[in-house]
Amino acid sequence: MIQRIFYFGSILFLVSVSLFTSCRGDEEEIIPPGVTPVAPGESGPVKGFFLLNEANMGSNKASIDYFDSESGKYYKNIYPTINPNVVHELGDVGNDIKIYGGKLYAVINVSGYIEVMDVHTAKHTHSITVPNCRYIIFDRGYAYVSSYNGPVSIDPDIPLGCVVKIDTVTMEEVGRVAVGYQPEEMVIRGNKLYVANSGGYRVPDYDHTVSVIALNDFTGEQKRITVGINLHRMKLDNDSNIYVGSRGDYRNSPSNTYIIDRNDMVRRKLDLPCSSMALGGDSMYVCSVEWSNITLKNTVTYAIVNTKTQAVVSRRFITDDTDQQIVVPYGIAIHPETRDIYVTDAKDYMNPGVLYCFDRYGKRKWAQVTGDAPAHIVFTRRSLQNPEILESN
Amino acid sequence: MRRSHFIIAFLATLNGFVAGVFARDIDTVRVHEIQEVTVTADRIRREIIPVQRLEGKLLERLSSHSVADALRYFSGVQLKDYGGIGGLKTVNIRSMGSQHAGVFYDGVEIGNAQNGVVDLGRYSLDNMEAVSLYNGQKSSIFQPAKDFASASSIYLTTRVPRFAEGKNDHIKITFKTGSFDLIDPSLLWEHRISPNIQSSLNAVYTNSSGKYKFRYKVNNPRDARGGYDTTAVRKNGDIEIFRIEYALFGKISGGEWKTRLYYYDSERGYPGAVVKEEPGRMKHEDRQKDRNFFSQSSLKKRISENCFTQLTGKYAYDYIYYESDTLIQKLRNKYTIHDVYLSSANMFGILPFWSVNVSADYRWNGMDSNIPMFNYPQRHTGWVVAATSFHWPRLNVQASLLGTFVHESAKEEIGVRRDWKRYTPTILASWQPWPEQRFFLRAFYKDIFRMPTFSEIYLAYMGSLSSYLKPEYARQFNMGVVYSGNIGKNFDIDGQVDVYYNRVRDKILARPGGVNFRWTMKNVGLVKIRGVDVALGASSRIWKDLKLSGKVNYSYQKAQDYTPVEVLSDTISYKGQISYIPRHSGSALFGAGYKTWDLSYSFIYTGKRYTESSNIPENKVLEWYTHDLAISKSFRWDKLQFKATVEVNNLLNQAYDVVKNYPMPGTNFKFIFHLIF
Repeated sequence: MIQRIFYFGSILFLVSVSLFTSCRGDEEEIIPPGVTPVAPGESGPVKGFFLLNEANMGSNKASIDYFDSESGKYYKNIYPTINPNVVHELGDVGNDIKIYGGKLYAVINVSGYIEVMDVHTAKHTHSITVPNCRYIIFDRGYAYVSSYNGPVSIDPDIPLGCVVKIDTVTMEEVGRVAVGYQPEEMVIRGNKLYVANSGGYRVPDYDHTVSVIALNDFTGEQKRITVGINLHRMKLDNDSNIYVGSRGDYRNSPSNTYIIDRNDMVRRKLDLPCSSMALGGDSMYVCSVEWSNITLKNTVTYAIVNTKTQAVVSRRFITDDTDQQIVVPYGIAIHPETRDIYVTDAKDYMNPGVLYCFDRYGKRKWAQVTGDAPAHIVFTRRSLQNPEILESN
Repeated sequence: MRRSHFIIAFLATLNGFVAGVFARDIDTVRVHEIQEVTVTADRIRREIIPVQRLEGKLLERLSSHSVADALRYFSGVQLKDYGGIGGLKTVNIRSMGSQHAGVFYDGVEIGNAQNGVVDLGRYSLDNMEAVSLYNGQKSSIFQPAKDFASASSIYLTTRVPRFAEGKNDHIKITFKTGSFDLIDPSLLWEHRISPNIQSSLNAVYTNSSGKYKFRYKVNNPRDARGGYDTTAVRKNGDIEIFRIEYALFGKISGGEWKTRLYYYDSERGYPGAVVKEEPGRMKHEDRQKDRNFFSQSSLKKRISENCFTQLTGKYAYDYIYYESDTLIQKLRNKYTIHDVYLSSANMFGILPFWSVNVSADYRWNGMDSNIPMFNYPQRHTGWVVAATSFHWPRLNVQASLLGTFVHESAKEEIGVRRDWKRYTPTILASWQPWPEQRFFLRAFYKDIFRMPTFSEIYLAYMGSLSSYLKPEYARQFNMGVVYSGNIGKNFDIDGQVDVYYNRVRDKILARPGGVNFRWTMKNVGLVKIRGVDVALGASSRIWKDLKLSGKVNYSYQKAQDYTPVEVLSDTISYKGQISYIPRHSGSALFGAGYKTWDLSYSFIYTGKRYTESSNIPENKVLEWYTHDLAISKSFRWDKLQFKATVEVNNLLNQAYDVVKNYPMPGTNFKFIFHLIF
């Protein structure tokens, strides 16, 4: 009897398993956008901002969040819902996000392309292939993109970096200029483009220079300015001085901040570590995360540099102790109208980070969980008009 | 191939020498065999520690390519598989992390000083007799100290030569072919050199293009715009392997010895993650070449009536060449790793029910590389264990105390702690409440730790200094029941159920240590694991020649991340299920034999998992289940014996990922021909 039960049971099990598995109920689905009311609504010329979450290499999880100022709602991961037919969504390691001429541009580093979207709807319009692209900047109808992947020069195994020029009407590449090794952020001053060369992949032979390119002909590097080791950040203040952040070599040379004046001379070395910077009025907000082998901890520093006096005027811009909660201040942005301070916490880079919003006096207004490694913010003066997103609740 | 010829000649010479040395010791007086493998169900019942084993017919019938595939049928085991024949395959047992699993090949641990993880895809099942998994340690006290030093252990037992009546040779030639352009010929030649010495030669060549189609389909449940559905071909997954092993087995007065030489040579492509990319952007042209050689020997002998000794020695050499052509950088990294291991185990019977064992092991690891600023780490490790066992008719108790002593050195001294000393205890017990019932209650407690691997200490991202790592600790509690019995004459059943609680502290995790690009390994993790393992089996002869057998396994694991976080309210990873551990998983295996026919069906289920402790939709990996079917028929033609097998794997052509963005193959076939004489 028991034997029969066993045989019958086995057959029943096999049949049920086969039936059960012939259709897997749970199919892969578009990830819905999370909607959270985080703040009371505010009106003004700035309608909100887009936040690009970097995500890790190989994760395919770069994502864009949107904050709508007027409703005070935070929309997490809007891209898949708006663009459900785009295969493999945004790819990975989002590195920069900017708005120019009615288009939203997201630079996706490892996937090697620039995602172009309509700024009103965040709908995909173009994608432009630029291998190992890093940052984007615009001038008179053209986009300039720094890329690690330039022509091969001295060492055949390590190509120079380049700046790629893209026509924003045709969305086609129209030229490129070789610069230093592994170029990062750029600024445009007058008719010249400045790009910070890092040499980050040439450890321990880092690059020390800023390349200068004349934009009227865009044929080659005009000159190199020697600044400091492993350069990364670049910001222009209201007096046309260029702030350059150096990452240091993580061993002997610490991170630092330099100022290049209007005559292309390195005017000042601030002895201020810098891993990200943002300008608000005449204040340059600088934050830095540095590992210390002595304390075995991250040393996090915040500072404000007065761009008129070029002196550090404050070592603290978060004033309500929220900074105690921030593990890795990764990205920073200043609201162009209200001067609200936005700081992203990348935490462990593997799990979702947090975006903090502070008022201009450094008091916390709100905080919101983001995607992985939140880093880049662009403010928009045209609110997102996308029904798929706005109606999702 | 010239190198291979050289290796073969070298192996033969060395083994001839070894055989010569031992041959002098031959004694034809009654041999006291201390059997390493007594593969009976009875044996499993007596184990105090939960053990799962696949052996004999069931293992043979299993449509699996490597040891890794076989381990999927054990409960509590999660296999990480990056897809295809050449893809990396590692196991995580009871959620403690791959580095906590010790893998023993014929009794000697396979070390990997570089990353602490053994790629189980490399070990073929062709010459394997049994694959066993012990949670905790093997519950025999007469073993090297290293066998006490892992949180869980996998024992790969190779085939001991066996000969038909009156024959001195046993030869098995196998040829496998099928999907992925697989060509896999192998030879097993067992030979009786003298009444007390037997040899075994096993050579395998594998070649596969590793190409297969995969599909990613994403639905849009919100509106009519649809989702996407894309199919592509997995490339750069090709592999070529040549492996040769030569082993000698001998008997001496009151004992036995064995020695083995092993050579493995492979070249493979590493297909990368399937992520968004522009055409031609990421061609995934990373490649790896491996060369691995080892020689291991052991001798077991009864010294006196109550005293046994076992000596074990091993030398292993690993060469790894890694090539990666990204657009900005060409990597040409070479690593060489040396491993020397010596062990002496000694057991004394004090009273009929009481025995004591003392073992001492020593291991030296050294690593070299051509990467810039390399540290040339070396590690000396000593293990000393004192173990005792009490064996009464219905109660078994074992206790051991393991001392581990580590000394490290590296070129660049940076004020790092170099010496470690730790003592870790284990206690296990088994009780049979009713003498007439084969029903046992068992429990164990074990404390163990693992040292950070060379990769964790010295090769962390971008040459950062991360040598401040402490060992990672695991504490295990386990309680369970085992039953075996039979219903009627022809129907055997057995089953075991265990519940456990594991706690892993100071877990080594990659964490940001500064500005971007710079990561550091830190002892920050805390994981608590609560689980249940169930394994049931039955076998029966229904009538005459029809035999049936079945095994069903189920695992439940609640493995939560308790890693301290700065801000609780904003952190969604706290208490989340840790990466790649499903709550529910299970497998079923059915075998049927009728005269010369054999049929095997297997089913594996892995529930939904998350890639990170943040259990959010973005990190979700869908559950998957595969059905595999194999059918074989044996023939006889004069003195030759043939066997042909057809395997169909992933019958329902399910598209699935074991590791997110690393797609697995759909339905695939394999044809196997054996010739035995």
